Amino acid sequence: MDWGALHTILGGVNKHSTSIGKIWLTVLFIFRIMILVVAAEKVWGDEQDDFICNTLQPGCKNVCYDHFFPISHIRLWALQLIFVSTPALLVAMHVAYRRHEKKRQFRKGDEKCEFKDVEEIRRQRFHIEGTLWWTYTSSIFFRLVFEAVFMYAFYFMYDGFQMPRLMKCNAWPCPNTVDCFVSRPTEKTVFTIFMIAVSSICILLNVAELCYLLTKFFLRKSRKAGNSKHHPNHENKEETKQNEMNELISDTCQNTVIGFSS
Amino acid sequence: MSWAFLRDLLSGVNKYSTGIGRIWVAVVFLFRLLVYIVAAENIWKYEHDEFECNIKQPGCENVCFDHFFPVSHIRLWALQLIMVSTPSLLVVFHVAYRKNREKHLSQKLYRSPGEIDGGLLWTYLTSLVLKTAIEIVFLVLFYKLYNGFEVPRLVKCDIRPCPNTVDCFISKPTEKMIFLYFLLGTSCLCIALNLSEFSYLIFK
Repeated sequence: MDWGALHTILGGVNKHSTSIGKIWLTVLFIFRIMILVVAAEKVWGDEQDDFICNTLQPGCKNVCYDHFFPISHIRLWALQLIFVSTPALLVAMHVAYRRHEKKRQFRKGDEKCEFKDVEEIRRQRFHIEGTLWWTYTSSIFFRLVFEAVFMYAFYFMYDGFQMPRLMKCNAWPCPNTVDCFVSRPTEKTVFTIFMIAVSSICILLNVAELCYLLTKFFLRKSRKAGNSKHHPNHENKEETKQNEMNELISDTCQNTVIGFSS
Repeated sequence: MSWAFLRDLLSGVNKYSTGIGRIWVAVVFLFRLLVYIVAAENIWKYEHDEFECNIKQPGCENVCFDHFFPVSHIRLWALQLIMVSTPSLLVVFHVAYRKNREKHLSQKLYRSPGEIDGGLLWTYLTSLVLKTAIEIVFLVLFYKLYNGFEVPRLVKCDIRPCPNTVDCFISKPTEKMIFLYFLLGTSCLCIALNLSEFSYLIFK
């Protein structure tokens, strides 16, 4: 059980995402999770062992380390990645629920939905519309919120994104103000800036995806409103209803046997 | 044999759960198991090496560490994860038993072996009660063993062979405390999910 399991869980969401969503997922896995596991963990691996204070007083190093690093960068990133990936599960759950409903319909022998077998329902791709649109949009919104919160927490806790070489500490039991030296400060600064930059890119991707979804939503609404304005006739209203139903059915049933005349 | 086994077990259970049950599995995977493996394990990794006492007397550090940490937080956490996932096995066994019976008698006894009705409902409810009870037991154990979820920076120790009262310093106390509160939070969330699933099934 590790990041690979998260990859398996989120991989399923990929099918039902927009293109920007797929790019976001790729950026997440390659530039954040993989970098974290392959590189960053090693840089921070010896952080307390190599944190040296200029004193022989036992306990001073522990206390100073705890004072300057209440929660290590690497743990904060791990939590950020977990929290940011979680909203995508909302979408996965919604899709699973829809599939479950379709399977139920199929088992009942509903004529509206003609699938060759249950496998087709499993492989089917849902379009992002209706309630799924709301779930998807709220998942992107939550992602944005979590990213922003973690970036702010980072900035607030460490007074910026730079790792200092030297910290002065006078917490008890250090006898007076003691110099403490952080291990690998430059490398840590480089990786911190890298992770912050990729976080910002992910935030931009999420904002772009949100704008795209909202634009699509309003365009669809205006198209529907436009259609109903041009055809106020009662007979054409029925036709429009039939057309909508046809769209819905042809969207959800890939291999339809029954033909429709519109 | 590792955490992957638990993951496979829980995935198997997922098939026969209600919607809330699936949310519970997702919470256990992501917020407990994954956080444990990628973050928490590393914090407690060198806890004994980094536990430092203000004394050169050999054996004093060992004795003091053993006195203040009879069972390490991280081991209790791991035990809790394993024991909380185990009652779900009851449901898996019951479903397997049902399928077996149908196969043996080669006749349809149940509407579908996975549907929660009759005997399977009681098994499911029992597993929910057990899960909740185990969560509460572990939380109480944590509280009693460590006097709450706070991790102090300094502990004073005067057990033989320490010559007098000695200051001992725990490593990364703040980070440990943050993750212990995280553990508490997710445990309470799981308890709430179990209770709501229980009431949902009772009133259905």
